[in-house]
Amino acid sequence: MLWVCGAVFVVVTTALLLSIVRGINNNNRSKQDAELPSERVLANGVGASVGLTVLTLILLLVASIVTGRTVGSPLAGSSAVTIAITGHQWWWEIQYEDAVPSRRVVTANELHIPINRPVVLKVTSRDVIHSFWVPNLQGKRDLIPGYTTAIWLQADRTGFFRGQCAEFCGMQHAHMAFDVIADSDRDFEGWLEAMRQPGRDPAPSTRRGRDIFMQSRCAGCHAIRGTEAAGQIAPDLTHIATRSTLGAGTLPNTPENLAAWIQDPQRMKPGNQMPANPLPEEDVQALVAYLETLR
Amino acid sequence: MSEVRTLDVSALPPGAFGSRSLTFWGTLGIVVIEGTVFALAIGAYFYLVTRFPAWPPHGVAAPDLRWGTINTLILLASLIPNELARRAGEHVDLQRVRIWMVACLVLAVGFNVVRVYEFAHLNVMWDHDAYGSIVWLVLGLHTTHIVTDFLDSSVLTVLMFTGPVEEHRFVDVEENAVYWYFVVLSWLPIYGVIYWAPRLL
Amino acid sequence: MTGRAYAASGGHLDRLEQTWADPKGPAGWFTHVDHKSIGRRYLVTAFSFFLIGGALAALMRLQLSRPDNTVLGPDLYNQIFTTHGTTMMFLFAVPVMQGLGIYLVPLMVGARSIAFPRLVAYSYWMFLFGGIFLFASFLLNAAPDVGWFSYPPLAESLYTPSKRADVWAQLITFTEVASLAVAVALITTALKLRAPGMTLNRLPIFVWAQIVTSFMVLFAMPAVMLASTSLILDRLVGTHFFDVEHAGDALLWQHMFWFFGHPEVYIIFIPGTGIVSTIITTFSRRRMFGYLAVVLSLVATAFMGFGLWVHHMFATGLPQLGASFFTAASIIIAVPTGTQIFCWIATLWSGRLTVKSPMLWILGFFTIFIVGGLTGVMLAAVPLNTQVHDTFFVVAHFHYVLIGGAVFPLFAAFYYWYPKFTGRLLSERLGAWVFGLFFVGFNLTFFPMHVLGLHGMPRRVYTYPAAMGWGNLNLLASLGAAVMACAVVLFVVDAIRALVAGVVAPWNPWNAGTLEWATSSPPPNSNFPRPPTVAGREPLWQNPPDQPVVVGLRDDARDVLVTHVLDAEPDHRLLFPEPSVWPFLTAITTTVLFVWSIFTPWAVVYGAVPVFVTMVGWFWPKSPAEGGTQLWPFSRRTLPRPNEAPAAGGAI
Repeated sequence: MLWVCGAVFVVVTTALLLSIVRGINNNNRSKQDAELPSERVLANGVGASVGLTVLTLILLLVASIVTGRTVGSPLAGSSAVTIAITGHQWWWEIQYEDAVPSRRVVTANELHIPINRPVVLKVTSRDVIHSFWVPNLQGKRDLIPGYTTAIWLQADRTGFFRGQCAEFCGMQHAHMAFDVIADSDRDFEGWLEAMRQPGRDPAPSTRRGRDIFMQSRCAGCHAIRGTEAAGQIAPDLTHIATRSTLGAGTLPNTPENLAAWIQDPQRMKPGNQMPANPLPEEDVQALVAYLETLR
Repeated sequence: MSEVRTLDVSALPPGAFGSRSLTFWGTLGIVVIEGTVFALAIGAYFYLVTRFPAWPPHGVAAPDLRWGTINTLILLASLIPNELARRAGEHVDLQRVRIWMVACLVLAVGFNVVRVYEFAHLNVMWDHDAYGSIVWLVLGLHTTHIVTDFLDSSVLTVLMFTGPVEEHRFVDVEENAVYWYFVVLSWLPIYGVIYWAPRLL
Repeated sequence: MTGRAYAASGGHLDRLEQTWADPKGPAGWFTHVDHKSIGRRYLVTAFSFFLIGGALAALMRLQLSRPDNTVLGPDLYNQIFTTHGTTMMFLFAVPVMQGLGIYLVPLMVGARSIAFPRLVAYSYWMFLFGGIFLFASFLLNAAPDVGWFSYPPLAESLYTPSKRADVWAQLITFTEVASLAVAVALITTALKLRAPGMTLNRLPIFVWAQIVTSFMVLFAMPAVMLASTSLILDRLVGTHFFDVEHAGDALLWQHMFWFFGHPEVYIIFIPGTGIVSTIITTFSRRRMFGYLAVVLSLVATAFMGFGLWVHHMFATGLPQLGASFFTAASIIIAVPTGTQIFCWIATLWSGRLTVKSPMLWILGFFTIFIVGGLTGVMLAAVPLNTQVHDTFFVVAHFHYVLIGGAVFPLFAAFYYWYPKFTGRLLSERLGAWVFGLFFVGFNLTFFPMHVLGLHGMPRRVYTYPAAMGWGNLNLLASLGAAVMACAVVLFVVDAIRALVAGVVAPWNPWNAGTLEWATSSPPPNSNFPRPPTVAGREPLWQNPPDQPVVVGLRDDARDVLVTHVLDAEPDHRLLFPEPSVWPFLTAITTTVLFVWSIFTPWAVVYGAVPVFVTMVGWFWPKSPAEGGTQLWPFSRRTLPRPNEAPAAGGAI
C-alpha cells in the first residue's frame, strides 16, 4: 500500500512540476496556439490517467479486502483462550473464561497469553466507549456499552507488549494503558493457576494491614478473593503485587508508589474515580506491607 | 466610446408566480432541508427497531390509532382549502384568498388541537426508553411544522385583511400553499411509521 | 473589455450608487444587507476564529512538545482540543468558504445582489453569536471537552454532568442554521440571478463548486442538527436515544453524526477545488481543460461523499461485508478527485503560465492535498485502519487534506481576490515568504505525526510517557507549529499594511476572465452600473466588443433582473429589500431561545414568542409599495402566471 501510494505521489507530483515548467515555458516563448498541446492530446492524457487510477484503486481495494478477511478471522486449529475485557473509566477489567466457574480468573490491567495459540477477546464497556489496542499484536477494537464484540490476536514470540486505550474516554484517557505478557504455554498455565488462588492469608506481621483494608472504604470498591472484600467497581486486587504498574500504566508498582497512590491518587491521575485516603503514616505502611503479600 | 448595444428589460414584469419566483426556490430549499430531517429521523426509528427484541417493547402498547387517523383525515382535508387558496393567489383574487386562507386556518386549529390528543395517546412517555424517545421525536418534529405553518399562515392571512396588499404578496400566498402541501404530505409516511410500523413489524 | 464601455451618465450613476448604498456609521452597521458587506464580515470573522483555533493548537503543541509535560492539565487540555476542532470545523472552515461564496457568487454571475439578502445577514449574526457563545463558555470554564464529535455515552449527563456538552450541541445549532440559510441563498442566486447568456454550461467552475457544496449542506447539516438536538434532549429532558440503560444505542450517534461528518469534509474541500480551478484558469490564460469532466467530478464527489460515513467506524466491530462496501466507496471517490487533478495538470501543461502569489499556494495545495488523499486511501483499508485509527496518523491525514485541500486554496483565494475586496494588492515578496514559512512549517508539524501514529501514539492524550520514545518527533512538530504561526502573523501584518499602504489595484490585476473583474476594485454598491450579458464561459476573454449590457432596471429602487434557470433568459424584475435591522433583532431573539433552551425545555415555548415577534417585524411591509408592484385594489394583473410569457419580452 505504502509503495503504491508513494509511487502515485511521485508520478503525480512529477507531472505537476513538468506541467508548471511547460506552462512557464509556453509563456516565455510566447507560443502560438498551434504549438500548444491539442485538446485531443490532453484528452488522451487525462483519459489514460483516469484509467490508470481506476485500475490502481481496484487493485488496492482487492488487496485491502483480502487482507481484511485474513486479519479478521483467527487461524484455525488449536484451542483458543477466551478472555472477556470490560472497559471502565480508566482501567481494564479482565476475566479469563472457563467452562468450570471455579477456574475463572479475574484481574485488571494486565493479561498474560500463551504464544502460538489464538486468543479471542470478547470486549465491552461498563461506562463510556473505550478502545482496546495492542499495536504489536492486532488492530484496535472499540469497547461500546451495550455491545459485546469479539476480536482475536495471537503472539508468535514471548515478550512484553504494551497496550493503550485508543478512544477518548474522558479526563484520564491518556493514562489508561495495559500490559500483555506472552508466555510459553507452560508458563501461561502456571500463571493462570496462581491467579486462581485466593488472596493469601496474611502472616501475623501483615495482619494489621489487612484489617485496615477491610475497615476502611477500600473493600467497598475493590475485591480480594478469599477475604470479605468483594467490591466490583474498581480493579481486583487479589494478586496486585504481581502487576508491574499501578493506575493502568500510570506508575511503576513499587511500595513507595503504592503508598503515595493510596494516600492521594488524584495527584498522579487527577480526575480518576479513587478518592484520597489521608490515613496516618503507619497505617499506610501497614496497608502497603499487606498488599505486597498479594502475589 | 463605441456604440454599446443594450438589452432593455424595462418592460419585464415586476415579479412572477410559481417556479419563476425566488420565493419558490427558497421554499424548495426549506422543503429539502426539512424533508431530510424527517427522512433521517425515520431512519433512526428503523435503526432502533433492529436493536430491540420486540417493537413496541414488551409491556408497551402501540399508539392508539384513533387520534392519529382522525388527524390524518383533517390534514388531508386541509389540502382542499389550501389548493383553492393557492389558485386564488395565482389568480390574484383577494376575496377568495381571504376566504380559503381562513378556512385553512380553521382546519389548522383543528389539527393542532388533535395533535395534543395524539401525544396523550401514544401509550409511552419520551423518557421510558429509546422507543418512547424516537416516537416522541418523530411526532414532535412534525408538530413543530404544523405549529409554525399555522403561525406563518396566520400572519399572512392577517396581512391579506389589514393590508397593505401588493400584487407580489399573492406570490407569497401561492408559495405558502406549497409549504403547506409539504407539511401535510410529509405527515403520511410519518403517520405510517408511528402508528403502523409497531403493528406490522 | 474595460470599464469605459459601461460608463453610464453621471446623474443616473450617482442615483444608482445611492440606491444601493447601505447606511454608514455604527448604527447603520446592524442593518446592512449588501452581500459584499456581509461577505467581508464572514471572511474577517471566520479568519478571526481561525486565528483563535490556531492559538488553541499552539497551546496543545506546547503541552505535547515534551513527555509528561505539565503546562496544561487534563481538564484544560481536553477543553482546548475539543474547542480547537469545533472552532476550526464549524466556525472557520465552512463559514469562510460560504463567505467567499456570498461575496463572489453574485458578482461572478453578473447580479446586483445575492438572493434573500436579509436571510444572509441573519445567518451572519447567528454565526457570530454562536461563536461568541462558545468562547464565552470557554471563559466560564464550560467549554466542551468531549471531542469535536462528542460521542455518547461520554457526552451524556451521567459522564458529563456540566453544561459543557450542551454548549457544544447548541453551537452546532447556531452554525448549522447559518450554513443552511446561506446554502439556500447561494443556490437561488446561482440558478435565478445570472446574467443573460450565462447558460449552465457557461457557469464559472467556482460557482458550480458553491452550488454543489450548498446542496451537500442541505442534505448533510440536518443530520448533525438532529443528532445534537437528540443529545440535548437526552441531557435535558431524559430521552434515551443514546443511553444503553434504557435501550438507547451509542452507535446510533456515530451513524447520525458521521452521515453529516463525512460530507462535511467535502463541504469544506469542494469550494477549495473551485478556487483552484479559477486560479489555474486565470494564470494559465486558457479555459479549464475538461470543464464538463470537472463539473461532473464535483457532482460525483458530492453524491459519493454521502456513502462513506461508516469508514469512521471501522474499529467498532461491524460485519466485514458492510465494511467492505464502505472501503470500496472510500477508495473509489478518489476517481473524481483524481479526474480534477488531471484536468488541472492538463490546463497548466497547455497554458501560458505566470506564477504569482496565488499560484504558489495552488502548488502547495497539490503536493499537500495529494499526500492527504493517499493516506486517505490507506485509511480506507480496514486492516490498516484498525491499526492507525484514533492515532496521530489520522491527525496527520486530516490536516493534510483539510489544510492542503482548503486552507492552501483559501490563502490562494486571499491573495487572488484581496484586490477585488479592498482595492489594494498584497505584497508579492511578503507573499512568497508567507507561503514558504507556512509550507515548511506545515510539513514540519504534520509529517512527523504519520510516524508517531505508526509508532502507536493515540489521539487526544494530554501527555505521554517518556519511555515511549515519542518525544523527539513531538518536539519537531511543535517547532513546526511555531513556524506556521510566524507565517500567519506575517500574513496578517501584510494584510493590514496593504489596506493602508498597498499598491492600488486596477479592475483586473490578473487579467482574469470572470465577471467579478468586470467592475471596479472594490465594486461599486450596485456591483455593475450596467449589468453585463455574456457570450462565453470566460466573459472578459470571450465577449465580443459590442456584447450588450442590460438597461431598464430602476435606479431609484433596488431593482434586480431575474432570469430562467437553465438558459438565463431574462424573465422578470424584482425589487430587493432595503437595509433592515430585523435580521439582527431576529438573531438576538433566536440566540436567547437557543442559549436559554440548554437550561430548560420551557425556553422553547417562552423563547419562541420574541422570535415570532421579530419574524413578523421582518416580514411585515414597511411601506405600502415597497415591492414595486401595484397596491390592491387593482383591476388587471401585471405578474405573469407560471406558464405565461412576460407581458412584453425584453429584446436584444
